[in-house]
Amino acid sequence: MASRPDRSAGRRRRPSSPAFALKLPAFLILLLWAVVPLAMTFWFSLQRYNLLSPGVRGFARLENYRYLLTDPGLATAILNTLVLVTGVLAITVGLGTLFAVLFDQPLFGRGVARVLVIAPFFVMPTVSALVWKNMLMDPVNGVLAWLARGVGLRPVDWFSEAPLAAIVVIVAWQWLPFALLVLLTAMQSLDPERREAARLDGAGPLAMFFFITLPHLRRAIGVVVMIETIFLLSVFAEIFVTTAGGPGLATTNLAFLIYRFALLDFDIGGASAGGVLAILLANIVAVFLMRAVSRNLET
Amino acid sequence: MKKSLRDKTLGSAAAWPVALVMFFPIFWMFVSGFKTEVEAVSTPPKLVFRPTLENYAAVWQRADYVKHAGNSVVISLGSTLLALIIAVPAAYAMAFFPTRRTRGMLLWMLSTKMMPSVGVLVPIYLLFRDFGLLDKRLGLILLYTLVNLPVVVWMVFTFFKDVPREILEAGRMDGAGPKHEIVNLLLPLAFPGVASTALLAIILAWNESFWSLNLTAAKAAPLTAFMASFSSPEGLFWAKLSAASTMAIAPIVVLGWLSQRQLVRGLTFGAIK
Repeated sequence: MASRPDRSAGRRRRPSSPAFALKLPAFLILLLWAVVPLAMTFWFSLQRYNLLSPGVRGFARLENYRYLLTDPGLATAILNTLVLVTGVLAITVGLGTLFAVLFDQPLFGRGVARVLVIAPFFVMPTVSALVWKNMLMDPVNGVLAWLARGVGLRPVDWFSEAPLAAIVVIVAWQWLPFALLVLLTAMQSLDPERREAARLDGAGPLAMFFFITLPHLRRAIGVVVMIETIFLLSVFAEIFVTTAGGPGLATTNLAFLIYRFALLDFDIGGASAGGVLAILLANIVAVFLMRAVSRNLET
Repeated sequence: MKKSLRDKTLGSAAAWPVALVMFFPIFWMFVSGFKTEVEAVSTPPKLVFRPTLENYAAVWQRADYVKHAGNSVVISLGSTLLALIIAVPAAYAMAFFPTRRTRGMLLWMLSTKMMPSVGVLVPIYLLFRDFGLLDKRLGLILLYTLVNLPVVVWMVFTFFKDVPREILEAGRMDGAGPKHEIVNLLLPLAFPGVASTALLAIILAWNESFWSLNLTAAKAAPLTAFMASFSSPEGLFWAKLSAASTMAIAPIVVLGWLSQRQLVRGLTFGAIK
């Protein structure tokens, strides 16, 4: 990918010098942003450092990691993180694929219907969490409770009986439009002739879906899964305003656990060890995502 | 012909309920904002009522609402502007003077987006404390600039790539420097793309809720963090919550609708065309 020779002008080597200076600010700023906080997290994770006892400081070797790994909350937090990520992924990718097929067809008022269905993605997380928790999921006055009673069921007290499921539902509602948008975009590159050919070969709607649509969407689904995973690993605001991680540790995910270490216990070392763990987890996903991105990047 | 109409009707019968269910929470919030507090919590839910603007008036009169809305505006516009100022020259250089390393550099920039914010919560919190940026709008402006910079550089880059080189080269013949080239030729030509990039950055900054909750308090909190204060039991008035929420999300939902296409492009880093 050599630079295109600037044939129009044999004069000097214009391409390199001004271009380099123009790139420099963005590059340096991002370099600082990528390196400094990361290095600090690693450094603090090896330090004995609590803001509440500033006198006690020093090298702690792997003490913070041992403390973190033996913390009874960690296993729960990791399990909750997994449930949250996989639960939301299952809902958003599953329904997102179905809805993409649905909204790809000709519909009456398709533009309006699409606008309505993607709107949740633009609602700020704190607002969607509050609206769901109070006006929809409230066991007494919520709309869901009213619906449940209407069909003769006992209303679910979401936030005490199934708090993690409630969070999954709220987050899935926010991310389903994202999956749908991406998959709808991907649908548009499906060759209509292939569809037509399959139809002429007598493929029914189900066969069409499984043998034409789904294989075509495979890559897009992969991208949705990876991007969502990276964002879902650090779901925070929805938990912060609804359950604050409780009851007990029922809705504490890794992000919330680290937040508790850092800003409630002021344990800088412990929180940093948790941060390192979160970064490692995200990086596993990021490697695959970057591979998908780099395949498509043209320069 | 008959068949296609039947398919369209069937499709609509399946798709419209989906759209309405997905939109219902927003619709319900919007409607409840025009009820009295008593009507808002009543079961069965009231659909017919005399709409009132008293909640909007009440929320608006709380001076802090205006302040926090102002914070949201300043922070999202400020960070977007700053990100564009840094990104445009870089994108120009990469689009028109590519080198062997350009591709690697772009990929690396995008990869910085994949660091989970919670992983660097501790250092950012301490840096903010030491530089006096806690609960300052400037702090969030700088932070959101950094967070959005990779996406902004990348998107502006892709839009610049679509501008025909010949036009710029003609300008260069006339002796235009890079600054003139960017301001007078490139930005007008790539305006729709740059504008939609800005829109995306504004949306992302407006809705960002991890850093705003952790780094701001009474003074600099944007609406995301301010709305969280409605979660305390004494703050729980559904009608007012609804009115405040509606005002907080309305501008961004509208902007979002306008920029859905670019959104996919930006958020998937072009992995989906």
